[in-house]
This record gives sequence, structure tokens and C-alpha cells, in this order.
Amino acid sequence: MSEVLVLVDHVDGAVRKPTFELLAIAKKLGTPSAVFIGDAGSASGAVESLKKYGAEKVYTVDDSEVKGYLVAPKAEVLAQLVEKTSPAAVLLVSGGEGKEIGARLAVKTGSGLITDAVDVAEDGTATQSVFAGNYTLTGKVTKGTPIIAVKPNSASPEEGEGAGTVEELAVSVSDGAKGAQIVAAQPRQSTGRPDLTEAAIVVSGGRGTGGDFAPVEKLADALGAAVGASRAAVDSGWVPHTFQVGQTGKTVSPQLYVANGISGAIQHRAGMQTSKTIVAVNKDEEAPIFELVDFGVVGDLHSVLPALADAVEARKG
Amino acid sequence: MNIVVCVKHVPDATADRKFESDNTVDRVGVDGLLSELDEYAVEQALQLREKREGEEIEITALTVGPEKALDAVRKALQMGADKGAHVSDEAIAGSDYLATSLVLAKAIEKLGAEKPVDIVFFGMASTDASGGVVPAMVAERLGLPQVTLASVVETQGDQVRIKRDGDTATEVIGATLPIVLSVTDQSGEARYPSFKGIMAAKKKPVETYSLADLGVEASEVGAGAAYTEVADTTARPPRTAGEIVTDEDGSGAEALAGFLASKKFI
Repeated sequence: MSEVLVLVDHVDGAVRKPTFELLAIAKKLGTPSAVFIGDAGSASGAVESLKKYGAEKVYTVDDSEVKGYLVAPKAEVLAQLVEKTSPAAVLLVSGGEGKEIGARLAVKTGSGLITDAVDVAEDGTATQSVFAGNYTLTGKVTKGTPIIAVKPNSASPEEGEGAGTVEELAVSVSDGAKGAQIVAAQPRQSTGRPDLTEAAIVVSGGRGTGGDFAPVEKLADALGAAVGASRAAVDSGWVPHTFQVGQTGKTVSPQLYVANGISGAIQHRAGMQTSKTIVAVNKDEEAPIFELVDFGVVGDLHSVLPALADAVEARKG
Repeated sequence: MNIVVCVKHVPDATADRKFESDNTVDRVGVDGLLSELDEYAVEQALQLREKREGEEIEITALTVGPEKALDAVRKALQMGADKGAHVSDEAIAGSDYLATSLVLAKAIEKLGAEKPVDIVFFGMASTDASGGVVPAMVAERLGLPQVTLASVVETQGDQVRIKRDGDTATEVIGATLPIVLSVTDQSGEARYPSFKGIMAAKKKPVETYSLADLGVEASEVGAGAAYTEVADTTARPPRTAGEIVTDEDGSGAEALAGFLASKKFI
């Protein structure tokens, strides 16, 4: 079986969950080979976790020379690997970086690119959700090496020992690829909650919170959920932009989405409509969000959420 | 300084968007407009010019698409861009990301034939396809660095600094012109065209290019040249109406807890 290259998404060697989901998809398409571009010193830890989730091979590329440059060097590394291994497909995480690496790689290798996939079948047919989740589209790459960017939470990681054979690669990166450099980076302050795009449960607040996110956070913590927000809440300065769910924020597709004080404008729907189960609390019974929900409560979130959080804690007992 | 802003004409996101029987986006039956997210790119280009007072800076709004796509360019001209460029050719219909980026790159080269283009501005994504990959593809084709998803843009001489919310960190990115630059909706409200702007726009020049003008073969673009094939488009079945209860003295929380328990979330 041909190899399927999976670009590893990691922070200083700590592999992020969507990569394990990609390995599960790669297994359906061929032999999963992870591509780790990072500090040589942190590679061994990453290799262990990649092995655990089924990587048969791990290509490690020391990034000391290109660290801090935006996507272009990674695209060059992958292009060289595509040349070398003629893979059945290249899988990336459909986030800002993954999509842009895929874009450059597609041009370099003369290959088709599919972004925002929510599923990939054995024959490489990808499913996408478009127009704010109102349409489902299936399609296939027909030229070159299929390059598919898959959204987080589209597959379940599968544990299963892969061989994890390490192959260190020396690759050359052109000076042209070093045009855009990260001159300062402030890692996101940890909230102690799951990452918004990876979380199984997301609890969001909107205009209806009136700026008081405490009830939203309390419920999120009771459920072990990530906290999200509508654009109205972000624009009001109540929470940072990184919390925003919607067209110009994060697209999430958790098992459960709890929308609180959010009316449900099309831009917000675009970011959450593919959630498996949707629940809403809103004072306005006419709010469009109620058209989407599996269960809705017409009521004041400031009294409903704390009571719900207590009920959740009580049931956890 | 020579600035190009790429703008896209898209179906109105608040209208009932759909696909044609050949799986292409219905761009006729639904009212179109300048993609909201591209307005931020026009705005940032205009602000850059205002900040660099005294320099000669020309801003061109570039679009690719049928006759109606010109509306997107007109809006940019009304906001304050100096001239328009419209690539229009029947062969382009059905083009994918790769073909679109090819046409844009060739058009940008053409616009920079006399005076090289220093910055190519994009919105963060279109509001229809929303892939957000065309800026990176155009950058790759032009051999330029791309600095994307900026929420703050600053320039000094040939140096650019932007701030953005990266996937895992808030970052400051530095680059040297020329570059491809995309901006988010966090970069600042886009201005409304003034009456004066609307009147002035009518006299601004708009150049129309065919594929032949750009040296692109018809066989390189359009549905036939696509690198991906859409097999099927289906409207998502409407969510079956869920249960809605009205909270009275705590009954709402209790009912919701019961629902979450029945779904095994608690």
C-alpha cells in the first residue's frame, strides 16, 4: 500500500489531537507516515505518541534553520517528500496554517486541494460542509497527489501500535521561503479548558450574557467543555477574539454545542451548524437559534446556567 | 507604491444560497455583492495610503468573474480605490482554487508590468467558498512571501509588521516588500462609500482583460481544468425541530439536565 503523509501539528513536540485523527483517516487510505518538522530534541516524544496512534513511519525534519518562518518552508519540505515517496495522499489539519501549507504544496506539485473536509472515504472521496453548513458536498482530487485538509473532530483517534520507524531527513529550504518571519509570539494563556476547535463539548455565550461570562464558564467547567463566544460578545470586548465561533472565527463541530444568549445569525451558524447535538438557552423565543436546536430553553441564562451547572455536578455525584 | 486589492463578487450570505444542477454555485439566481471580508482588505489598503501621506500610492481593485463581478470592483472604487481591473472570460467559469490563483497571479504580473506591485491585499477568505487558500496560492505563484490573517498592519519603508491570532499564539510577523497580505475582520470597520466617493467612482478607469491578454490558455482554467471534481451537492436536511421548553422557577435547567443525561453527556 502507498504511504499517506500526515503533517504533524505540534507545539514544541507536543502533538495536538487532530493529528491523531488524521492518522486514523490515513489508515483507511494507505500506510500512515507522519511528517514531524520540529526541534530534533523534541522529536522522540512526538514519535512515541505518533506510534501509539498508528504511524508506521515517522519522517523527522530538524527545523533549526527554518524555525520561525511562516508556512513556505514546510510546504517545501512536504514537496520534497511527495517527490520522494509518491504518496497516495497528503493530509493536513484544516486550520490557518495547514490550509496555507496545502495551498502552496498544491501549486508546487500540480495537485488538487480540498480544504475543510469533515470526512474522507477509503477511495479518497472527501465530504465538505459548505454555505454555513447548509450544504454537504462530496468531491475528489482528480490530478496530482490528493492534498486534503481535514477539520478537527472529523474522526476518532485510534490507538494501535504502528511500527513508527524513524527516518531522519535532511531537506533543503530555499532562501525565498524565508520571506515572512515570526518576530514575536505570545503563546495563548492556558485557560485550563480544552482547545476550542478540539473540544467534545463547547459552551458559548453571546450578547445575552450582557458581558457576564461567569455562568457560561461555570457550566463549561461542570461539563469539561471549551468556552466559545459569538461575534457580538467579542466585538463588545467581553472575551478575546480567539473565543469567537463563526465565519470569521473558529469553526467547531463538537459532540455538543450549548449556545447561550446567542441569536443564531448566519455568520455564527457557519461556525457551529455541523455540531452533532445543539442546545440553546435564550430569553427570546423567536431567536433563530431555536430552529437548529435539539433542545431549547426559553429563559434567562443567568438563572438557567448556574442551576444547570449544579444539576450536572449533582449527577456526576 | 503599487497596491492591488483582490476582491470577489459572492452570493449574499444572508440569502438562500444554492448550487446549480452541474454542482457550481448559483451566481445568477441569488443577489451578489462584494464579499464582506474583502471590504476589510480595501479598507486596510486605503488606511495604508493615508498613513503614508505624501507618497504616490496607487490602489487597483482586481476581480475575476462574469459581468456582475464588476459590482465588487465598483464598490472598492466607491470606497476609494483608484482604478479597477476585471478579468472576464467565458472559459473561466467553474475554475477551482488553482485556476483562480493562476488567473489572479497573471493579472497581478500584468498590473505590475510597468511598476512592480508592492502589496497584494486579500480578505481572509471569501464568504462563499471560504477556503482561505487563494492568497497562499497566489503568493506561491508569484514567488512572494505571504503574511496572512492580519488584525493589525503597520508599514515603514519596505518593512511590514502585522499582528495576528495564530493557531496557538498571538504573533507578530515581519516581512519585506513585496508581499501578499491578507487581513481579517478584526483589522477595523470598513468605511461606507461617501456620496462624493460614489460620484467619483463613475469616472475611475476600469480595465478589462481576457485570458489571452494575460497569456493564459483557456485549457488551463474552467471546470475542465479543475484539479478536483465535485461528485455531489446536497442540501443539509433541516434539523428536525427539537423540544423547546419555557423556564419557570428552575424547570428549564432541570429539563435540560434531563435531556443531556438522556444523551449521555452527563
